[in-house]
Amino acid sequence: MSGLNPTATATATAPSGPENRLYWALADCWTIVRRDLTHLARQPSIVAWQLGFPIVSVLLFVYVFGSAMDVGAADYESYALPGMFAMTMAFGFMNTAMTVAVDKERGITDRFRSMPMAPSAVVTGRGVSDVLHAGLDLLVLAAIALVVGWRSDGGALATLYAFGLLLLLRFALIWVGVLIGLLVPDQEAAGNLFALAFPFGMISSVFTPPSMMPDWLGTIAMWNPVSSTANAVRDLFGNPVPGGGSWIEQHAALMAVVWPLVITAVFLPLAVRRYQRLSS
Amino acid sequence: MTTSATPYAVLAEGLVKRYGGGRALDGFDLEVRRGTVHGLLGPNGAGKTTAVRVLATLVRPDGGRAEVAGHDVTREPARVRRRIGLTGQYAAVDEILTGRQNLEMFGRLFHLGARRARQRAGELLERFALTEAADKPLKAYSGGMRRRLDLAAGMILAPEVLFLDEPTTGLDPRSRNEVWEAVRSLVAGGTTVLLTTQYLEEADRLADRVTVIDRGVRIADDTPAALKGAVGGDRVEVVLYDAADLPSAAEVLARVADEGAEPYTDPVERRAHAPVTDRVAALTEVARTLQDEGVGVEDIGLRRPTLDEVFLSLTGHRTATATATATATEQKEHAA
Repeated sequence: MSGLNPTATATATAPSGPENRLYWALADCWTIVRRDLTHLARQPSIVAWQLGFPIVSVLLFVYVFGSAMDVGAADYESYALPGMFAMTMAFGFMNTAMTVAVDKERGITDRFRSMPMAPSAVVTGRGVSDVLHAGLDLLVLAAIALVVGWRSDGGALATLYAFGLLLLLRFALIWVGVLIGLLVPDQEAAGNLFALAFPFGMISSVFTPPSMMPDWLGTIAMWNPVSSTANAVRDLFGNPVPGGGSWIEQHAALMAVVWPLVITAVFLPLAVRRYQRLSS
Repeated sequence: MTTSATPYAVLAEGLVKRYGGGRALDGFDLEVRRGTVHGLLGPNGAGKTTAVRVLATLVRPDGGRAEVAGHDVTREPARVRRRIGLTGQYAAVDEILTGRQNLEMFGRLFHLGARRARQRAGELLERFALTEAADKPLKAYSGGMRRRLDLAAGMILAPEVLFLDEPTTGLDPRSRNEVWEAVRSLVAGGTTVLLTTQYLEEADRLADRVTVIDRGVRIADDTPAALKGAVGGDRVEVVLYDAADLPSAAEVLARVADEGAEPYTDPVERRAHAPVTDRVAALTEVARTLQDEGVGVEDIGLRRPTLDEVFLSLTGHRTATATATATATEQKEHAA
């Protein structure tokens, strides 16, 4: 029947068989990643903009408040900077949510959905490019940290592992971001959610040890996944870790792996289901 | 009629889609013959967006069934997606990428492979006169250029069925002709086009057949000419210098108008018209009487009813006219 259309010379290769399907899932994912990398290349200001908050925070907390901060460590920057790394990863889900909301609002998502591409690629492509993006963020942030005097004394392997844990947190939060981006009506609403991201990043061990907060708040801060990652990487970097006798604080290395896995296990299926529900 | 050897590129039967408490589609039927341009007309909220979203596999219907290019939209969405193109408000192009990067990306996602995607992007850019702007980001594009790129993105696979959403809204006449030209050449090549629009002139120019949709239901389906015929014959129309003269003009028109037809008056445009049968005699009569009465006439003439009037009469008086037209349509179909 399709022979009725003589101009359909540029017909797509039909993905049959599982190997072919896997090939196209990967190829389409890569096409989406390339699109995001091209965005970055065309608008390097995006990176600068997204790093604005952590960079200003570094300068504020190290130079403005630093002298007044006493967290029981020799120097505040070696306490605060690993926290700032973790906070940047935590805030990253806002970027994901924003990108997803913009694509949905502008109709790009619908264009993708009307095409014979692998449906998974929209989500996996988002994941891969956000992790690459986060790696770039960390690179810039670490360079600034080195300039203001932060050092890792943990050796190459431990340092690499620490950055791996940071990216793992960012990876887990991608799915929260995708879910939020699909749930909000438009990009403006996604931007307003910064009010939600802010306490999530800040009520943690990022700037001050939870033991110095009121009890109830300290407990929330301790159990914040951002704290576990921050404390685990502090330990790996050989930077001062906030003392604390609670179970959660003593198992930061474990929880820096468990938290992201739990978040992924909960939010990845929710995000995928929400994506599929776009058609209902 | 619903066998696999269907002559229809698009076939919908009793589509239902519920949103919240309401029904965006409430038993919507549509038949689009292969190789034709079919207009889907309706005001905002009539259900045309939902209808196209269902047909383009973006939304699953709650009831009814639909086939596009011979494949069921809910059971074989992947097969449908390889045979359709989608442009307009339903699908967009990337704002940050260049025109060429956009088309190459979509070509890759249509699984053309990198080399073929690049080649196809070049072909389409040339065809839509975008070669010069090909490597500029979309921000530098005019409205017409953007629309042409959008159209090109919907034609990457030379689709069997192309869904076009108000393709020329907001375009200057030259860009509009280019878009119409592109649509016609696609149709000449065998593509079927389903064109949605609120602007009836566009459907009149492009469409072989028109379906009017209102409140999620088809209320008419015919050729543009037959739809105009269904709403009444030719009209005598006068445009006055002074709106205050409208009542006397209406009185004169009423004398020559078809039996039972009320002359229509529009104070803003200082316009009055009425359907007539004996065209020339009526025109002469109206012109002479108005002159005798000293009414200042800016313009007077005979004209066919516009599709806008067809639409108004179909949706404005649903219970009477719409039913009558639907019946008339059915009878014509039987006759044909």
